[in-house]
Amino acid sequence: MAVAVDVRLPTVLRPQAGGQSTVTVKGSTIGDVLRELVSEFPGMSGQLLNEDGSLHRFVNVYVNDDDVRYLESLDTPVKEGDEVSLLPAVAGG
Amino acid sequence: MPGSCVSIRVFPGRGRYDRTLMLRLPRDLHLQMVAHCISGLPDEACGLLAGDASRGTVARLYPTRNAAASARVYSVDSRDLLQADRDAERSGTQLIGVFHSHTHTDAYPSPTDVEQAPDPDWHYVVVSLRDTHPVVRSYRIAGGSIEEESVVVLGEPVHAGAGATA
Repeated sequence: MAVAVDVRLPTVLRPQAGGQSTVTVKGSTIGDVLRELVSEFPGMSGQLLNEDGSLHRFVNVYVNDDDVRYLESLDTPVKEGDEVSLLPAVAGG
Repeated sequence: MPGSCVSIRVFPGRGRYDRTLMLRLPRDLHLQMVAHCISGLPDEACGLLAGDASRGTVARLYPTRNAAASARVYSVDSRDLLQADRDAERSGTQLIGVFHSHTHTDAYPSPTDVEQAPDPDWHYVVVSLRDTHPVVRSYRIAGGSIEEESVVVLGEPVHAGAGATA
């Protein structure tokens, strides 16, 4: 059952969404939400999902306080009122 | 932070050095950053900086866990990252950079650091613990190119045990 959820965007992704810091998209899982985002804002495509549809390793996706990699990744369900946050992973050597 | 009395040398190094770019770091946060790096040994340590991006002024420092738990690479723990991002936003600032330690190499970004640098406006601070004295240097990384910037430590020296906090 698709619901509308708010997605908080990091500063690096805001230009691709016309400068918005939060956008509302529909979906029943995190995968739906990300695919919907990419279809609405194609500039985000290479930064969120890989060509095979899997989650890009340089992005962290959260439902409320939890990193979806510790949940069910793209299959993590979302429900009404959930807040999804995206942040670039911060890593190096 | 007890036992964090260290002397810091900050100097321009090799490569491109842009004198108009700057990182301004209050002295207590500078010490907290170096102390966090030392306490992470033998692994690399990391943390986040919040403040005013365009002026390069750091207002808050968030020591974070290194999820990679490695002496060669770091990965800011994803939950620590979210908490820091929210706290920075609540305090009217934003994340403007990251620091991490190099335990056995120069305070210069590694190829991995350059490859994974997500934000051209961020300040990338490297703390080298290779020598007796920690060396702190800061960079901007955009499109694979590295520009060094000055690190300015703000405020009077803090004496051990003074317990100054921001």
